[in-house]
Formats: sequence, structure tokens, C-alpha cells
Amino acid sequence: MNLTLKIWRQKDAKDIGGFETHEVREVNPDMSFLEMLDVVNEGLILRGIEPIAFDSDCREGICGACSLVINGTAHGGHKATTACQLHMRKFSDGETITVEPWRARAFPMVKDLVCDRSAFDRIIQAGGFVSVSTGGVPDANAIPVAKEDSDQAMDAAQCIGCGACVAACKNASAMLFVAAKVSHLALMPQGKVERERRALNMVAQMDTEGFGACSVTGSCEAVCPKEIRLDFIARLNREYGRALLHRGGG
Amino acid sequence: MIGAHGMKLAAQLFGTTLGRKYLMALSGAGLFGFTVVHMLGNLQLFLGPESLNRYAQFLQSNKELLWPARLGLLSMVAIHLWSAIKLTAENKAARPVQYIGDPNPVAATFASRTMLMSGLIVAAFAIYHILHFTVQVPEINFVSVDFKTFHVAEGAQKGFHDVYRMMVTGFQNPFVSGFYILAVGLLCLHLSHGLSALFQTLGLRNHAWWPLIQRFGIVASLLLFLGYITVPVAVLSGLVTATTGCDCCK
Repeated sequence: MNLTLKIWRQKDAKDIGGFETHEVREVNPDMSFLEMLDVVNEGLILRGIEPIAFDSDCREGICGACSLVINGTAHGGHKATTACQLHMRKFSDGETITVEPWRARAFPMVKDLVCDRSAFDRIIQAGGFVSVSTGGVPDANAIPVAKEDSDQAMDAAQCIGCGACVAACKNASAMLFVAAKVSHLALMPQGKVERERRALNMVAQMDTEGFGACSVTGSCEAVCPKEIRLDFIARLNREYGRALLHRGGG
Repeated sequence: MIGAHGMKLAAQLFGTTLGRKYLMALSGAGLFGFTVVHMLGNLQLFLGPESLNRYAQFLQSNKELLWPARLGLLSMVAIHLWSAIKLTAENKAARPVQYIGDPNPVAATFASRTMLMSGLIVAAFAIYHILHFTVQVPEINFVSVDFKTFHVAEGAQKGFHDVYRMMVTGFQNPFVSGFYILAVGLLCLHLSHGLSALFQTLGLRNHAWWPLIQRFGIVASLLLFLGYITVPVAVLSGLVTATTGCDCCK
């Protein structure tokens, strides 16, 4: 298949950037979107042109590195699919495809399609962990966990921190990400101990990074490759309210 | 101790995005309550002049309750408006560079994307509405009479302000009624998103309750819309006239 790509190129953080058009011939429909970009880049390198920079790592949909807004939708708009698992057969021959990076103040641009997502790391550092004393590994089943809680925690723990929720949200809000992390840990007996401090600190860090607020539009949930649900945002709101009532925000 | 606790709580409520969302949701819930009571009051028009004027006198004669209620409503409006403007400014700042290729509002409803605009138009209408029927500025009623000259001629409310006649006369102008219907329509569009979103923001929902909450939001908005527009529609169609109530309802 033949495609026209409109790709965002930006030399560095200071550059204004703009779209560059590339005609791509004889694309194998079984290639993933990233493999197609690899082919484009090989062609660019042969012609002595700087290849397009984009993030990727595992290429099997579990690491959260790929971060492309394809045709206006984060990860390309196929249910529960990261851009690396999006195959070219989902597009039609002759189609024009627009590719942009995640756009948010909290994710500053690095180059082309690469943005800096270390804001997420700092949110995790603010409370997305369980403080454990050193010692032997505890026995399995020593701490009972209700089936319902373990299911919910596992659903929340699926978040790979790719940032598609931020990219899709009209407010560039990180609520779904923070909600997944706060819910995952608050549902586990090991994580419950620090739940209040965690909710307050992670929300404070989220605000400091400059993410927007939640308008409950549901766009984040729709693009999330791991199908993290909007209920977790309600749970985060509940956790935060609980922390306020118990600790008065201190 | 309680003072310090309260101060910290207020700092969190006013100082974080989640806190401001709580304030918006709580004030929104209060204002929704007001719209329901106001609609029920309006519908007494169909019970005839006596019922409506008796209710009006009941509301107006308790100044000790009337003014606290008015100040309470005004503070809810102030909090709702302040948090809306503050959050919107932050949300806009969270994405300084917009998507250039056709951004896709995945899953986000029209109502959810236009909350500020619908809210501001309703607020502008509310100012007109208060000047029209509460302050009773003759220059803006567009029916060339002064509502302040309307007094009940006979019965228990004799000599008291004739609210029934004011309503029927006030809606006689199709443009005034049209603006009213438009504003009520926007209010209900606003509520069709806001009602379910407030449960989400306050964390008062899970996956089992969500479909029901969403349905409640839509149905309540629709009922409010119908309840409100029956008054101007009944006046314009001649079903209710200045001297008698609606014959079928009396």
C-alpha cells in the first residue's frame, strides 16, 4: 500500500517545528506503525537526511514508550492498542496519515515525536510506592487479599505510564495515570498504610508539574491502551477526600 | 487544633486542582437543588393565581430566611464561577501548543467540552432574569408596563404583589420567552454533563452505579427543561391568561 505521511519535525525544544510530508511506497500491511516509520527512516538515512526521532522500546505493547498521536488520536484510536501494536492493515491504501507528538506543558518537547515524560517519574517519586523494611520475603498468602480488591488492583496496575491519557485529554490532565497508581496501591493491604500521604503528595506533584484538571470527558479512558477505567479517577477523588478529612491536608 | 486543621483543609480545597473540583461539584450540587425547587415553584402557575401568589407571599414574607437563602445562593454562584474560571485557565495553560492535525475529541460529549460557555451564558441570563422579575426594572421587560404596579385585587393575598400576573405578562414578549427557553436549554445541556460529573468528582460512584448516575443526569436535565419551558410555552400559546389559571389544571 502507498501512504502520505504528514509528520511533525522539530529540531529541538527551542525550534518552532512543523509538518513534513513523506510519500511512502509499497508499505507491507502487516508491519506495525513503528516498523513503517523504521522503513521511512532507512530511506531518509540513505538519502543523507536526519531520520525521524520517535520513542520505542519493547514494541509489544507493554512498556509505554511509544507516544504518537496518529490522525488526531493518541495511539491511533484502536481499542486497547499502543502505536507499536497498531498495524498498517488498519489504514487504507492512499491514505494521508498525520503524526504528532504528545502535547502538554508537563511533557516538554525533546525532538520530532519525542517528548520528555519524566513528570510521571516525579509523580511516582512523590508517593507511588510502598515503603518496605528490608528482610526476608513474606510467605505467599500470609496477608489475605479479597478477590474483588485484587481484581481491581490488578486492573489499575496495568497502567504502563505511556501518557496517552494526558495526550488525549482536552486539559492535558494526568488524572487517569495518578488515579491508576493511587488506586492500585490503596487497594492492597501493603499500600493501605500510606494511602493518605500518597494521595496528597501525588496530587500536589501532579499540580506542580502543570497538568490540567479532570473535566470528566472520558477521552483518557477511550484511548488508554490498557483500558484503565474512569472509576479509578472517582476512587482517586475518594482517596483524596478521605485524606483531607483525616489529615486536613497536612 | 481545629482551627489549624480547618486552615489546612481550606488551603487544600482552594489550592489544589482536586480541591477546586470538589468546590465546583459541591456548589454545583447546591445550585442544582435550587433549580429543582425553583421549577416546582414555577409550575404552581398552573394551579391558578391564588396558589402561586400564596407561595410567592410565603417566600417573600420571611426576610430572615429569604436573605440568608439569597446570600447562600450567591456564594455558591461565586464559588462555582471562581473555580470554573481558575480551572479553565489552568487547563488551557496545561497545553500551550495545540494539536495541529485535526484533534479528535475521543468519547467527549459536546456538553462536556462546552461547560464554561454554557455556564457563562446561563450566568448572563440569570442577571437579566433577576433584573426582570426580582428587581423588576420596567425598561428591560419589553412589555411596556411596570410589574411593581401589579397587586392582587381580592382574596387572602389582597394588596400583595401579583406574581401570577407578572409571570403571564412577562412572558408575553416572544423574544423574552425565547431568550428564557434558550437559557434553560443551555442550563440543561450544562446539567446533562455536570450532574453525573459531580458524582465522579466527589468520588461517589463505582462501575455498578455509573450507568444509573449517567441516566439520572440526562433524565433530570430533560425533566427540568420540560418543567421550565411549560411556563413560557403556556403563556405564548394562550393556554394561561392574565386573569385565570389554566382551566384544565384548576
